[in-house]
Amino acid sequence: MAAELLDLEDSAELTSVQTGPSGKKRRFLFMRNAKALTGLGILGFFVLIAIIGPWIAPYDPDARSKELLQPPSWDHLMGTTHTGQDVFSQVVLGTRSVLVIAFVAGFAATLLGIVIGITAGYIGGVGDESLSALSNVFLVIPQLPLIIIITGSLPSAGGLSVALVIAITGWAWGARVLRAQTLSLRRRDFVEAARANGEKTWRIVMAEILPNLTAIIAAGFIGTVGFAVLSQITLSFLGLTPTDEWNWGTVLYWAQSQLALQRHAWWWFVFPGACIALLGMALTLINFGIDEFVNPRLRSTGMNARDLRKRGIRPRIGFTPVVHEAKEDRA
Amino acid sequence: MRFFGRRLVFYAITFWAAVTINFFLPRLLPGDPVSALIAKKQGQLSTDAIASLKAMFGLDSNQTLWQQYLHYWGDLLHGDLGTSISYYPAPVTSIIKQGLPWTIGLVGISTIIAFTLGTLIGTAIGWRRGTWADALLPISTFFSSVPYFWLALIVITIFSVNLEWFPSSGSYDRDMVPNLSWDFIGSVIYYGTLPALTIILTSIAGWILGMRNMSVTVSSEDYVTVAQAKGLSERRVMFGYAARNAILPQISSFALSLGFIVGGTIVMEQVFSYQGIGFYLLSATSAHDYPLMQGCFLVITLAVLLANIVADFVYGVLDPRTRQEG
Repeated sequence: MAAELLDLEDSAELTSVQTGPSGKKRRFLFMRNAKALTGLGILGFFVLIAIIGPWIAPYDPDARSKELLQPPSWDHLMGTTHTGQDVFSQVVLGTRSVLVIAFVAGFAATLLGIVIGITAGYIGGVGDESLSALSNVFLVIPQLPLIIIITGSLPSAGGLSVALVIAITGWAWGARVLRAQTLSLRRRDFVEAARANGEKTWRIVMAEILPNLTAIIAAGFIGTVGFAVLSQITLSFLGLTPTDEWNWGTVLYWAQSQLALQRHAWWWFVFPGACIALLGMALTLINFGIDEFVNPRLRSTGMNARDLRKRGIRPRIGFTPVVHEAKEDRA
Repeated sequence: MRFFGRRLVFYAITFWAAVTINFFLPRLLPGDPVSALIAKKQGQLSTDAIASLKAMFGLDSNQTLWQQYLHYWGDLLHGDLGTSISYYPAPVTSIIKQGLPWTIGLVGISTIIAFTLGTLIGTAIGWRRGTWADALLPISTFFSSVPYFWLALIVITIFSVNLEWFPSSGSYDRDMVPNLSWDFIGSVIYYGTLPALTIILTSIAGWILGMRNMSVTVSSEDYVTVAQAKGLSERRVMFGYAARNAILPQISSFALSLGFIVGGTIVMEQVFSYQGIGFYLLSATSAHDYPLMQGCFLVITLAVLLANIVADFVYGVLDPRTRQEG
């Protein structure tokens, strides 16, 4: 069953996995991927900051001081704002709300995508037609403007409502990919066998189909989390969320509205932005890892020149080496 | 032709859905923003504006929901999107008419540049994988994870505040009267360079990565090997055989990423005070100018839909398989 994992019929990017190690080892294989590891490491770092933030922040993020617009120093690692607030403390304390909203939104959107995508792929017929039309509509409508006008019309846009708005607008991509994959799994022998055995529909879906979609669901989840990070930070940057609740977007909002640019206070927006970019990169790297995990062709293409030479692979036109990673050193 | 017919039906449905969302959104939201707004702007709003606001939020108790919906469509098809509150008494349509050409010009030109450049670079990197060219990948990954507005801030810091090469805000020299002279066009290009640069830098990474992965996949196909074996020149194989097929998914992902690019651009316009449609959308949002807000959203959606239709037709022309299966 594990070998069926990635036989996406209508996607040229993903080709079927050759018979590989058993399930447990395959999971291990994912962890051995350098990109995925780097990504998970960075993500773990931010999660840690989000948890212990209140204890390690050196200052109260709202507290004003006499050190106005100071560049980074040992007292203020990321400098200070126009009222002498410590940017480092604001960034550290803002991490929690960024991650919580992103994960809540990612979780809700993924759940919605799973329900709609698998239902559409499994039932087929008119139900499938209308559900895929629905997700295609949501894919084509520009999401950020929609998010902006919904939050702009809400009387107060607290954390949870922002997360829900993002989830409602961001589920469609996952649903579409899951539908395509369910469609191809539905007629496989093992599913037919389960049906012939008289298994209940929900059991076929939960026990036979869902496990084969794990990688796609994971990739979709990570992608949605990245989308949610960008969206909520954009909303805060525009001042559509309460401006006294710290997250990285709020810091940027104050930097922009207090003319940090014209005052040459680069530290005020460079550091929070770098955090966004770092988190975004971490999520992208995890997704690259998942892609390479399921598509052996991409595995060799992800290597740099030296690695290829070390493994004795000479990149040539006309063939793509399939790399089996680290098979030899495990019993 | 059936393929094109089906796609057109789909876009008609999407447009209907966008309009319907637009109609129901103000009616479904909790609280009563209009009464709050009217109370806040006591005396500043004319009876006209209050009436149009009430109609928009369904406070017009004389009509059933269905009548309101039909009425809304009627207005829309006549090009009537209501009256703006913050730019009173200008109708929403005339404000949008001012902003739209700027955004379409900016997004259109920079997206085409980014798509062309990215696809070319992606082809080259995919073809020469395992060389120094792979170093471009992590750099482009970085740029693709950065929000547009933040890169806009950085670009302004470098090129406008420090180097003083380009202006940091506006879309043309305010001393000029918009006309079709070379001077004015030059000024538009001069002011548009930094916004365009921002869009290109952030969106190019997606095209590079997509094209690279596709060329890698395609270059292991048999027909590429055959072309190689025939002794055709490297360039001929790369562009005439591999890239031709690798570009197809690029075009279909063009349709999907356009909405994302437009979303990023409207926020970026805020940073550059570039007077496009995003600038009006955001100023309307902070002023609680609901008619203008919704009008902007509808027009942005419509523009993205039209661009999608064009991309679909190009795809249909390039790939005969879609026409057969459809």
